[in-house]
Amino acid sequence: MDVVMQDIKTVVREFLFDNFVMAGNVTIADDTLFMEEHILDSTGFLELIAFIEETFEVRIYDQEMVPENLNSLLKIENFVRRKRGDLSQDARG
Amino acid sequence: MLLHHFLDNTRRRIPSKIALVCDGERYTYAEIEARVETLARLLRRRGVQRGDRVALFLDNSVETVAGIYAALRIGAVFVSINSATKQSKLAYLLNDSRASALITHAALRRTWQEALAANVMVHTCIVVGGLPGADAPTGRYLPYPSANEQIEGLGVEPATIDQDLASIIYTSGSTGTPKGVMLTHLNMLSAAHSVRIYLGLQEDDVMICVLPLAFGYALNQLLTTFMVGATFVLERSFAFPVKVLEVMARERVTVFSGVPTIFSLLMNLKGLNEFDLSALRKITNAAAALPEGHIRRLRALFPQATLFSMYGLTECTRVTYLPPEQLDIRPTSVGRGMPNEEVWLVDDSGRRLPYGSTGELVIRGSHVMRGYWEKPDETAKSLKPGPLPGETVLHSGDLFRTDEEGWLYFVARKDDIIKSRGEKVSPREVENAIYSIESVLEAAVVGVPDEVLGQAVKAFLVLKEGQALTEREVIRHCLARLDNYMAPKYVEFVAELPKTDSGKIKKTGLA
Repeated sequence: MDVVMQDIKTVVREFLFDNFVMAGNVTIADDTLFMEEHILDSTGFLELIAFIEETFEVRIYDQEMVPENLNSLLKIENFVRRKRGDLSQDARG
Repeated sequence: MLLHHFLDNTRRRIPSKIALVCDGERYTYAEIEARVETLARLLRRRGVQRGDRVALFLDNSVETVAGIYAALRIGAVFVSINSATKQSKLAYLLNDSRASALITHAALRRTWQEALAANVMVHTCIVVGGLPGADAPTGRYLPYPSANEQIEGLGVEPATIDQDLASIIYTSGSTGTPKGVMLTHLNMLSAAHSVRIYLGLQEDDVMICVLPLAFGYALNQLLTTFMVGATFVLERSFAFPVKVLEVMARERVTVFSGVPTIFSLLMNLKGLNEFDLSALRKITNAAAALPEGHIRRLRALFPQATLFSMYGLTECTRVTYLPPEQLDIRPTSVGRGMPNEEVWLVDDSGRRLPYGSTGELVIRGSHVMRGYWEKPDETAKSLKPGPLPGETVLHSGDLFRTDEEGWLYFVARKDDIIKSRGEKVSPREVENAIYSIESVLEAAVVGVPDEVLGQAVKAFLVLKEGQALTEREVIRHCLARLDNYMAPKYVEFVAELPKTDSGKIKKTGLA
């Protein structure tokens, strides 16, 4: 998991390319917006959420399913780091 | 009356009323009308004529709304295309409709650029969000006009009448190629009138739309809203339910229209009661029947709102609704015909059936389409002679049963069309995509029950000898070619598929 944590963006980018990005000429920059650029649709976001929960061992609550947390690689990285931080603090406490 | 006259009338009556809320912006009826006028003038200046098709390939936005009404104002026919459409299908739709103009967004460039490369009919491509550097505003490309851009007047009003086409809406057919449903001004107006009456929509209503304006259901919402002078809250999608709920609370939304998949997502949210949805008066469902459990939970979650179970199809927009007071008596019924419409069931030989029977639903009314665009054979299968000379009625392809009082209950499709996420999926179209994988020998696509999707698409594959393929590879292949909702959710590899005596693949029993 530590390896995964080192580069959240790489792992998620790979997931997106494996599952959603079809055309050859597509690039996903760190700040590419998934919804606006049509990388993901509604059900795509649900799959992304399931993937993040499983891969990074976090639980994403309904109120957290917002573009601010999920709509780009950077946002996801920040979000997952925040979640993991909370988690380890909980574990320590 | 023509469709756009209702916008004109409402604008004259209440110009400063908020017509549209979208992307955090608010637009009055006067502002919408001005945008429509500017775009209409631009289209006209570019030589778009009465009867020409204007394709809209956009996310739900103010430009989509303006595009619809601008096309109508110049007597053109709008073809609204779901922004999730892939390049090959977009190319097909532009070619099939022989569109003259395309209004689209820069963010969708990857898709439309290639589709346009192989197209010679589209002489004008208006791009929202700026022209990419390589496309100078010459030739066929030009930027979407700004709200205050001055473009010279329209000149003579087109001589449009209500028998003229207003829109072509594409829908999946069992043959595997999308069919363009031709709807006239009269067709769409009639449906909007009937819906407005039974839903009891008023000027103080605030309707939220989370479905693409490429659907008949969503278009009908827009038309009825502008007809009564209500407010239309337009969301791009339901991808972030919490965001939509925030908007609903902020805008004091009174009418929410969804499909079962959306209601599933909504009801699974834990924090639903944190949002003030006290203004909500009406909830409507269409596209597929709501399971009884969903109905119960929805009513418990939103006791302040009445729930309308409805049934419709693109070919006539809407057919039935269940009056809310009937919900406790017959929760699984989709009701009966709406105002100004006659419906009945027929047996296989076309004979009208009495109450208490099962048969194909037939629809008669001025909302029934004029046929499938340039597909006379398919049109003849759907539109058949009606009671009056020269009249045609719509054979829905949907099997229903009626109870003793004539209330309707959906039974099944007559063909093998799958309904997933409320959208029609043609198994043939999916199979065609799968057959383009080199290693596939045989494929059979069926619908399987799914809690959230209604039906999920499942593919059974037989591979050629010595070939290997993974489930993910098949899904990816389909996602690259088909609308996302058409891609299989499940892929099962089998040694052989059941066959009929004549050697055709037999799908009964596959699940």
